[in-house]
Amino acid sequence: MKKAFELFFSFFKIGAFTLGGGYAMLSMVEKAVVDQKKWIPNDEFWDMIAVVQSLPGVFAVNTALYVGHRVAGTKGAFAAMLGAIIPSITIILLLATVFREYRDQPVVERIFKGIRPCVVALILAPSLRMIKSAKVTWKTAIIPIATVFLIWWCKTSPAYVILAAIAGSLIYALIIRRKTRDAGVNPPDPLSRGSGPASRVPKSRSQKEEEAKP
Amino acid sequence: MIYLQLLWVFVKIGVLGFGGGYAMLSLIQHEVVDHYAWMTTTDFADMVAISQMTPGPISINLATYVGYTTAGFGGSLLASFALCLPSIIMVYFILKLFMSKKNNALMTNTLKGLKPAIAGLIFAAGLSMMNTQNFVDFGRGQYNISVIICVLAFVASYFFKANPILLIVLSGVVGFFAY
Repeated sequence: MKKAFELFFSFFKIGAFTLGGGYAMLSMVEKAVVDQKKWIPNDEFWDMIAVVQSLPGVFAVNTALYVGHRVAGTKGAFAAMLGAIIPSITIILLLATVFREYRDQPVVERIFKGIRPCVVALILAPSLRMIKSAKVTWKTAIIPIATVFLIWWCKTSPAYVILAAIAGSLIYALIIRRKTRDAGVNPPDPLSRGSGPASRVPKSRSQKEEEAKP
Repeated sequence: MIYLQLLWVFVKIGVLGFGGGYAMLSLIQHEVVDHYAWMTTTDFADMVAISQMTPGPISINLATYVGYTTAGFGGSLLASFALCLPSIIMVYFILKLFMSKKNNALMTNTLKGLKPAIAGLIFAAGLSMMNTQNFVDFGRGQYNISVIICVLAFVASYFFKANPILLIVLSGVVGFFAY
């Protein structure tokens, strides 16, 4: 029970003070869970993050659930999850009441008229960066282009597009698995560092220091 | 009825929300703005801006706000909980399945294939917000300050990785003086 409380407060602090989304949160979670409380060994933590990253849903919530579950079972999972989301819910509820009151004020309206085009840019920029990091070639460029066309032009529900994309890439992944098996090569272990999602995860401080050493 | 709709919409978003907060924007936008019209496109843009400037996940913030505006305090809790529900179920069932090495390789490769589609999804969310509600002076024979803000913010964010909060504050200041 004590651990559940500690988990709640650790994730509450993280939820209340991290700006900039899920990945900014990771180093704070690592500091709390791995460095300070020593609940989970460093290696296991990053292996777990690699798996959690590929799951759907809110990344911060998934992380809280897995860390909580690993440290203190069901109680821990719920304590950590509530800790992670209660600050956001409280802040937004407070802001929503204030915002509805003042949004028709001409001053507020003027400020938001300037902010809206900026938000559009802030959404477009990471999507292009993602295309770059996914190493999209001229051949595979059809995938993002078709996605944009379907959702933006045809107004297809993104849900169907995601399901179709999952089906397509699952078939692709199964073909890769069969090929590697036929060739008699062991498939690369995605959990080992340097390949798979683990390499996309920002490295821990201690790892970075190790790499910096000659 | 509204509670059931909120539950259904946000559980769906929780199940299909691959690829992080921005990737969920497209799903949320389609359901909340286009399909159910719980929010206008300007509301949506404002909430994304507010989510950027406040701590916490963007999707939880949007769920709370949508729930609150459509069904009050209870609605806000329900929508946020619905968004987390698939994750809670996954902790118990899916994790054991995917922690095995064999299945994990399959999952990693599937996700690699999914990435270009997710990028397209996010781009479409941005494109759908390019309208005259969000770009108020577009096509009115004026200086098109909104387009200038958008282009400058894009360059600053894409090429120079500028802090999004700083960009939002700056464009708010520009908006205050320009409009």
